[in-house]
Amino acid sequence: MRELNVAEITKAVKTLYINANYHLGEDVKRCIHQCGARERDELASSVFETIEHNIAVAEEGVFPICQDTGMACVFLEIGQDVHLVGGNLKDAVNEGVRQGCKEGYLRRTIVEDPFRRKNTEDSTPADINIDIVSGEQVKVIVAPKGFGSENMSQIRMLTPGAGVKGAEEAILDICRQAGGNPCPPMVVGVGIGGNFNKAALMAKKALLRPIGTHHEDAFYAEMEERLLEQINDLNIGPQGFGGKTTALAVHILAAPTHIAGLPVAVNINCHVSRHGEILL
Amino acid sequence: MKHILTEPYTKEKIAAFRTGDTVLITGTIYAARDAAHKRLEEMIENGQMLPLDLQNAILYYAGPTPARPGYPIGSAGPTTSGRMDPYTPLLLEQGVLATIGKGPRNKEVIEAIKKQEAVYLAAIGGAAAVIAQCVETAEVVAFEELGTEAIRKLTVRELPVVVAIDRSGKSIYEK
Repeated sequence: MRELNVAEITKAVKTLYINANYHLGEDVKRCIHQCGARERDELASSVFETIEHNIAVAEEGVFPICQDTGMACVFLEIGQDVHLVGGNLKDAVNEGVRQGCKEGYLRRTIVEDPFRRKNTEDSTPADINIDIVSGEQVKVIVAPKGFGSENMSQIRMLTPGAGVKGAEEAILDICRQAGGNPCPPMVVGVGIGGNFNKAALMAKKALLRPIGTHHEDAFYAEMEERLLEQINDLNIGPQGFGGKTTALAVHILAAPTHIAGLPVAVNINCHVSRHGEILL
Repeated sequence: MKHILTEPYTKEKIAAFRTGDTVLITGTIYAARDAAHKRLEEMIENGQMLPLDLQNAILYYAGPTPARPGYPIGSAGPTTSGRMDPYTPLLLEQGVLATIGKGPRNKEVIEAIKKQEAVYLAAIGGAAAVIAQCVETAEVVAFEELGTEAIRKLTVRELPVVVAIDRSGKSIYEK
């Protein structure tokens, strides 16, 4: 049994929350660059130029990539042979968010109640998701999630008869409805199967996969490819101004489901598709 | 077509703006988003004196990150405009000349833009660091307790925007 002080988790969350808001992953940057190069429309090209310039400015460490520095979505994969000491785990995560918000000059973006809307002043609490895995390490993933794109996300409880065709139509329809709102070019996370809550969580987790990688099951890899092409044919384009690139990538996660169900959840992310991870 | 917009802002100066054109704005704009819009609406409905002059004003839907020492503002990109749709016809009626945000507007807003000969401009969503570099000064002028959602008077230099809905009602989002 390995002991790990939760102070290490606080430190990891803080570092990841700040870094993700100033440095976009190489996979996202590469994809943005490639997609920008194939735009022929002057306005669409200029949007990509601005997006790439913005990424470079943010890397200087003064201004976060986006003013919506996001709800801190934290995923912990905790090895079952780890004994966490030194305090409460969730408190430790929230302390990391609190410190990251302050030291990283991130926006105070969370209100404590959906109706009374008083700001918590430190972007806590985080959205904490915990998985128990084998081993004696802890993986900490932080994905700050903006709400312009979150608001465009949807879940549809399809039934088995809908099949692949029905599921793809639903996903396409959700992207069409999102239109220019979620800061396209977007990354589309899809969760299929499970139940109501599992589908939504898978859709969010699908966003964590590096852009440029494919689903390991060829059936879903082909579905991702088909959907990406169909979404880009919508001609929503960067910022909704029209163009070839509406989505940078489509990522699917699938899971066993009930004999009566075919849940399909779509979690949309903007082009500022941020996340980082540390293994402790 | 490329335009330059400087103060004083007037209906005449924006009359030639057509959907798809680009505009560089230099001058004063007011950052205001969800919570500030709700307050402004309440104040107008109650006949209260407003904390800013809306006549020919430009509203920018934005809630910035905190400013680092030595900088006027943090990152300050546009937020989704659709959430401000319920308030926009009233504010255009009160004299607002232009709104800046990102994403499409509803029918009521488009009708109000036509009626008031206003314009809706799109800034690049997610380009918050680049936009922050256009901001020379920032000052909270109302609702300080709202934090990032307070109304801020910004002085901008050559803020780049795209005409998204012009006075004829033509929208860049409708294809």
